[in-house]
Amino acid sequence: MKRQRLSTKEAMARFLALCCVTVVIVATFSLLFFITRKGISTFTDFGVRLLEFLTGRVWRPDRLPEEGGPAIGVVPFLVGSFTVSGLAVLIAGPLGIATAIFMAEVSPVWGEKIMRPVVEILVGIPSVVYGWIGLSVLVPLVRQYLGGLGFSLLSAGLVLSVMILPTVTSLSCDALKSLPRDLKEAAYALGCTRWQVIRGVLVPAALPGILTGLILGMARAFGEALAVQMVIGNVYSMPRSLLSPGITLTTGLTMEMGNTIDGSLWNSALWSMALVLLLFSLGFIGLVRLVSRAGGYRT
Amino acid sequence: MGASGRSVRTGFKNKNRRKMQDQVATAAFWLASAIVTMILAFLVGYIALHGWRSVDIKFLTSPAKNLEGGGGIGPQIFDSFYLLFLSMTITVPLGLGAAVFLSEYAKPNRFTALIRLCTETLSSLPSIVVGLFGLLVFVTYTGFGYSLLAGALALTVLNLPVMVRVSEDALRSVPMDLREASLALGANLYQTIYRVVIPAALPRLVTGIILASGRVFGEAAALIYTAGMSSPPLNWANMNPFNYTSPLNPLRPGETLAVHIWKINSESLIPDVRRVADGSAFVLVLVVVLFNVVARWLQARIYRKMTGTRAVDLHAAS
Repeated sequence: MKRQRLSTKEAMARFLALCCVTVVIVATFSLLFFITRKGISTFTDFGVRLLEFLTGRVWRPDRLPEEGGPAIGVVPFLVGSFTVSGLAVLIAGPLGIATAIFMAEVSPVWGEKIMRPVVEILVGIPSVVYGWIGLSVLVPLVRQYLGGLGFSLLSAGLVLSVMILPTVTSLSCDALKSLPRDLKEAAYALGCTRWQVIRGVLVPAALPGILTGLILGMARAFGEALAVQMVIGNVYSMPRSLLSPGITLTTGLTMEMGNTIDGSLWNSALWSMALVLLLFSLGFIGLVRLVSRAGGYRT
Repeated sequence: MGASGRSVRTGFKNKNRRKMQDQVATAAFWLASAIVTMILAFLVGYIALHGWRSVDIKFLTSPAKNLEGGGGIGPQIFDSFYLLFLSMTITVPLGLGAAVFLSEYAKPNRFTALIRLCTETLSSLPSIVVGLFGLLVFVTYTGFGYSLLAGALALTVLNLPVMVRVSEDALRSVPMDLREASLALGANLYQTIYRVVIPAALPRLVTGIILASGRVFGEAAALIYTAGMSSPPLNWANMNPFNYTSPLNPLRPGETLAVHIWKINSESLIPDVRRVADGSAFVLVLVVVLFNVVARWLQARIYRKMTGTRAVDLHAAS
């Protein structure tokens, strides 16, 4: 009798755990499904051609029919997104990797005592706070010393570079630390200096991990909305230089989604933009999976 | 291998050059770390200095204003914590359940691979996309409108993969011996999980939950289109959660601190944006840092208690 009750409980517990897992799966698929369904309505319901959307350089969903009708080109957003996230990786990449090497190889004691807490606090600072400091410090600095309005792709890239610095650093550091000691010791035994060991052995061996850090950093920069929105200036035209204001996929969505009516072309074009953003994020994960499978040191 | 092989060979002939290169590189690594540390020192110093000047009791307790200066952030602070609480009461059981499945029941098959793919996908989504999904499903389809509940659900979607990963790590860190001993004593799997594995994993679970809370606390992009960008006038004497003016009503809109910082900078008309933003950023960062400190302290303390040694593995759960 008692056995019977216990095994019912056993089955219940298992069923509950299975339910939780199902929620995770359902959440993922419904998110993909709903965003996709809303996103493709621009092309299915409004008859906008996909190519026109992806290559159009003008974003004026409210343009009057006499001026040529609504134009929904996503190129300015794509250019903005890739410029700021690329810039962020260009700055945070070398700095983060060098810091990771410092933590893993040059001075593990200082690395553990100082750099790890530093990196952890940098992760913890909320993105709006980065945006706020960018707005109150960086934007005036750029305006004063480099010209322009200060609200620019450059400011956004700089803010993002600080935001993704911990991602790059901690993933690279983990990759370096997980290498077997033999590799390093063999290189030192051959008479290499530390720099030679780092450049010739450790970094190449840890490359997949380091690349993963860079890609995830780029993905984070690509998906960040509010911090960028606060410093980029939000201008819907093609940027001419790093000092000109611009717009990204995320900031466009942030700015406009609340002002449009559900079911209008404008609204539906925004959902298509969300879909583009989603697809790029998925692309970044795919890239990470590819990178972690290929190359690097294998035990 | 080509470049490194060459540098090793030529380096052997030019010992001095080799040494100098090494010293330059070492200096560069120190410099990079110094720059990163200085960036953090600047950020923290800036927030602390400006924030300290803006924060007083009145600022922390009075409601925000829309047009004139002198507004506070009282409701925003309350909403931030309340939203965190609401979201965590959904996320923690779900995440723990899923983690129990993954670490205790799952076999390495396609279904498990699918779960991992899902958590990986969810965790890499931009929070604005999660916010828009929330707008569509939790705000519009459910008919809740902009509400704390919708915000909490959006945060759950955002935080669930983190929770699953943290809990799974915690459960997996429990030694197999404990499970085997429990099973050998005649306990069944459910009893083993419930009475042995989860209690043993509790320290790490709690640490993981606190660290995840810190991240949720600062989230804004997923909330502007789900929880809304305003806190309605609240009646603090009304603690009936079903009443509209009650602070505890989960179906009212609510604005968190992080959202408030963004909103006053992008669309508010108040003249003292600077002061309010500085003060809010200060409180926000303070709470997040506090969460981190408490989590680390807890972990170090529990580690010491359980092993009798000083913590060496402070970061395993983070």
